Formats: sequence, C-alpha cells, structure tokens
Amino acid sequence: MDYATSLYLTGAEIGLSISGLVLLLVSAWGGARVTRLVTILAAAALFGAAIFTGHLFTELSVPAAGDAFGGLYRADDFSSFAKILIYLAVIACLMITPKYLAANGIYRSEYPILLLFGAVGMSMMVSAVDLITLYIGLELSSLSSYVLASFARDDVRSSEAGLKYFILGALASGILLYGMSLIYGFAGTTDYAAIRLAFIGGIETGALFGIVFVLAGLAFKIAAVPFHMWTPDVYEGAPTPVTAFFASAPKVAAVAILMRIALEPFADHVDSWRQIVVFAALASIVVGALGAIGQDSLKRLLAYSSINNVGFILIGLATATQLGTSAMMTYLVIYVVMTLGSFTALLMLRAEDGRPFETFSDIAGLATRKPAIAWCLLLLMFSLAGIPPLFGFWAKFVVFRAAVEADLIALAAIGIAASVIGAFYYLKFVKVMFFDEAEGSVVKTSPIGQWIVLILAGIIVSPLGYFLNGLLDAWSSDAAASLFYLV
Amino acid sequence: MTLQVVAFYLFASIVIASAVMVILARNPVHSVLWLILAFFNAAGLMVLLHAEFIAMLVVIVYVGAVAVLFLFVVMMLDIDFASLRAGFVKNFPLGIAVALVLLAELVLGIGAYRAGALNLGAAEGTAAPIPMTSNIESLGAVLYSEYLFLFEAAGIVLLVAMIGAIVLTHRDLRSPRAHQDIGKQVRRNPDEATIMTQPAVGKGVDL
Repeated sequence: MDYATSLYLTGAEIGLSISGLVLLLVSAWGGARVTRLVTILAAAALFGAAIFTGHLFTELSVPAAGDAFGGLYRADDFSSFAKILIYLAVIACLMITPKYLAANGIYRSEYPILLLFGAVGMSMMVSAVDLITLYIGLELSSLSSYVLASFARDDVRSSEAGLKYFILGALASGILLYGMSLIYGFAGTTDYAAIRLAFIGGIETGALFGIVFVLAGLAFKIAAVPFHMWTPDVYEGAPTPVTAFFASAPKVAAVAILMRIALEPFADHVDSWRQIVVFAALASIVVGALGAIGQDSLKRLLAYSSINNVGFILIGLATATQLGTSAMMTYLVIYVVMTLGSFTALLMLRAEDGRPFETFSDIAGLATRKPAIAWCLLLLMFSLAGIPPLFGFWAKFVVFRAAVEADLIALAAIGIAASVIGAFYYLKFVKVMFFDEAEGSVVKTSPIGQWIVLILAGIIVSPLGYFLNGLLDAWSSDAAASLFYLV
Repeated sequence: MTLQVVAFYLFASIVIASAVMVILARNPVHSVLWLILAFFNAAGLMVLLHAEFIAMLVVIVYVGAVAVLFLFVVMMLDIDFASLRAGFVKNFPLGIAVALVLLAELVLGIGAYRAGALNLGAAEGTAAPIPMTSNIESLGAVLYSEYLFLFEAAGIVLLVAMIGAIVLTHRDLRSPRAHQDIGKQVRRNPDEATIMTQPAVGKGVDL
C-alpha cells in the first residue's frame, strides 16, 4: 500500500477533518465571539475541498480510478462528482443559516463544525468501495445529523425530531449492518470487487437476504417509501436550515452509495434487486404525490416533495444502465438546487416579529408583499412540478428517457401519471401566492447570503439553466462511466 | 468434535431463550438481567469459534455498559425494593439453577476451547487464520496499517458523538442561577438569615 498516493487521493477528507479539529479548538477558546468566523472558515474549508476534488475530477483520466488504502476507498469521477455536489450544498446551507439561528438564540460554533464533520462522513460514503468504509462514513454523517436535528434543544418539536430521527436511524443502521454481515458471511470479504467475484456463479438465498436488508437500510436513509415515515416529522421539527441540509447533501450521499453498491458488487445480479427498487420508486412517487395534498404545513409539504423526487431518482437506478445512472446524477444536481432554493425561500419568509411563515394562509398574496421571493418560488415550484420550459423538466425527462430505453415503459408511464398528480400541490403554492387575498403581516428583510442562494437557484432552474446542459451532461456521463468501468 | 457441538447448542439455546425473556419480562430490571445472561452466552459462542478477543470485548463492553445502564434504570425508575426482596426465597431455586447453568457453561466452554475451534465452514476467499497467533496480535497487525484510514475515521465518529452530547446538554455555568458568591455567603449574619416565629398548635408556619 502506497501511503503517499492514498493520502493524496483522500486529501479532501483529510483536509476537512483537520480544519474541523482546528475550528473546534478555535471555538473552544473563542467562545461565542468567534461563531461567525468559524462559519466562514468552515465554508472556506469546504470550498477548498471542492476545488481539490474538482482537480481530481479533471486529473484522473476517464474512467480510470485511484484506489487508496488497499482498496478501502476509491477516488473516481463518480465520487468526485457527488462530492463536489455535497460540498457546494453544505456551503449553501452554511450561507443561509446564521441569521435564522441567531434570531432563535442558538447560533453556536458547533453548528458549522458538525456540518463539516458530516461532510467528511458523506464524502467517505460516496468513495466507499468496502462495506466497512461505507458503514463508518454513514455513521459519521448520521451522528452529526441527529445532533443537528435537535440543535434547537429548547424547542420541543426540534428535540422530538432529533429523538425520532435518532431512534429510527439507529434501527436502520442495525438493519443495514445485519445485511452487511450476511453478505460478508456468504462472500467472505467486505471488498466490493471481491464480493462480486465471490458471487459470480450465482447468489445464495442468505446473501440475497443480505442485499434486501442493505437496500432497506439505505432506503431509510434516502427516505424512500416504505421507510419514509420519519421524514415529514423530522423535516417539520428540525430548524429550517437543518431541514434544507437534510433534504440536500445527505440524500446525494445516500443515493450515491445505493448506486455504487447496486451497480458494483451486485452488477451481475440486477434481477435480484431490481424489483425492490422498482417497488420503492413507484411507492415513493405515489405516496409523495398523494401525501402532500392534504398538508397545510409548508415544511411537511416539501418533505413529501422530497420523497416524491427520490422516487424519480430510483427509476434511474431501476434501469441499471449507464444512461440511467447518468440521468440520476443529472437529476440529483437539479434536485439539490430546487430543494435548497425552496427551503431558502421558506427561510426568508418571516413576519415582522420574527415568526416564520409555516402554513399556506401565511403566504397568501405574497406576490404583492414580496414580489421577488414570490417569483423565485414560482420558478422553483413550476420546476419541481416538471413544467417544460424550466430546468426541472429536463431532470424528469432524462430519467424517463433512460427508463423507456431500458424497456421499463410501465414504470415510466406510472411515474409520469403520478407527477401530474404531484403538480397539484406545487401549483397550489403558486395559486395561493399570486391569486389569494393578501393578509396583514409584513415580511422581514433577509440577509444577503439567503438572497444569493435563492437567486442562484432561481437562475439555474429558469430556462437559462439549459446553458449548463452541455457541461452537466458531460460530467454526469463521465461519472456514470466510471461506475461501469469494470463491467 | 462432540464436546464443541454440545457446548454450541447449550450456548445457542440459552442465548435465544434469554433473548425471549428480555422481551417477556415485565420488570425492566429482570429484562436487563436476562440481557446480561444473553451477552455472556454470546461471548461463549465466540470462545467456541476461537475468537477470544471478541468474546472479551462482548463481556467488557456490553456487560460493562449494561451494568451501568442497569444502575441508571435502578436510579430512574421507582422500584419498590421491599417487594423485590420479598420474592427472594421464592426465586432462590431459579437463581441457583441459573448459577449452575453458568458454571456448567464455564467448564464446557473451557473444555471445548481446548479441544479446538468449531468449524462452521468458511466462504471462498476467506483468509485462513495464522497458526500460533492470538486474535489480538492478528488484529493489531492490520488495525494500524491496513485499516488506518478506518481507525482514524472511527475516532472522528466518537469525537462527533462527544460534540453532540455537549451541544445537547451543556448549559453556560456563568448564568446567574449557578453563580456562587463566597464573599456574600461569608458576610451573612444570623439576624438576616433567620426568623423567629411562634406558630399556634396545629397550624403551619407562614414563610
């Protein structure tokens, strides 16, 4: 094992961990005064990690990969793509946070540090080519998420969200670990490539159970139906910037490990896991669309929207083709932008007394009170609904195209039908904002960081986003190609 | 081989039986005791597989941690110790029986361990154990070299757990309620610290 190469390839994680440790010391000695400084430095560290990963992305020739630490960790185009997306999403979360937490009196320097360590865990997850790396990365990111969910510890709903997330997350980790131990038992190894070799002649029932358990555990982490029950409660209870984080970066990481574990060690046994993924995809789309209809709370509604979107992403996995994988990567990018944009808009909507807007009646007639936010939300909602001139349409289009080419026409048809149902509540957003009577409360001014994220998201989902298309397509197919390199 | 097989079935059946009892026991303290029994027997299974290091970990980590948990349960729950002691004579035979089973297991386990490891059949590609090397040596040989990355990452997981515990529970001690002013305590004199009252018979004191 070559330590120099290994350390170089894991540079992003090592850099982030060291900056996390240093910032921890800074916050321990600096106290409350340095919170803002720690936030800025954490964002800078993440930015540096993103630049370094971008450097790896262009340097590693497609589709060759670099294995580090004797095959525990792989830096390839797939992991670099997912990591850059994760780092940028976490930076956006850091940018929209300070004002909200400060207004609630919970702005402390542990917040950016926990996000930083969470980012380390997530990037370990997407680079994992060994079950142990996967599990440790997953635990690192989950543990910081549990704490972040109950960061507003004096708020009953936030504490409840943290407790619920912790107990259900621990259960899911247990299921995942049990599945891994079965796979290890039957394959005799935890390394992805070696697992694939061990199962080359066929797969035993016990190992099949292992796959099912692993898929179930990961389905919990991405909140796919039937393991979605925690999502609306946790999303509603956690502080809004934390919810924005939950809906973006950890989902990217969990979807990425799901893709890698399905398409690397079990690539020869697609038929043994495809029906599970197809079921989860369809159920997520339908439950996400129908569950949101009766909701009055905007955060719960966006939680159902994220369940719905996970279903569309899983359609790409069900194809098990390179085209489908590339479509998933494109979808993930656009999904993260839309989600971060809509949660930022939600974060900016506060009454004069600081009370956040939580229900539909709060945002009635928003177009006359805050036209800029209302128009951005209009773009984001139309994009989430997948209405053609906007970029969200392209995300759905590539996924359905991949499904049709893989002969999963029934799946695509049901998906399209459900997305029409889902359009109902996105349009309700727009109807309430633009056509309902305005109510009295005034919207507070928002800090510049939130405006930057919202306007960037608005521009990307607008038809202008299609200018990014060439680049996004090239990157997504590079990333997908590196997953199929060994096939 | 027969000795190991007998020992295996004994340990395995007691693990399952006591795991069932953990769920069925109405008293949480009894549940914890059954849990400890289950852990001991799981450790016994590991001994049979010649994984003595894992057996040790199970006993130290789980039984140790559960003992602490047990303490918390006893402290937090309102348990009537008098009624617990009342059943001592009645439950004495059961206690003796469990103790005897544990003793038999100990003898059997050591005997089976000396007779050689239980062969459960290994999957293709599994690394063969190095002869004449203890578990701890084999683990130590790879933990800080081959698995260095994961070892350090596990350290960060523990650090995050610690940060989390502090974030969720730590209150600033400089808040006025917890502040102690020693000078003020010393300056107090009996006149301002005490009051004299003469309550009527059968009446309480007004404070």
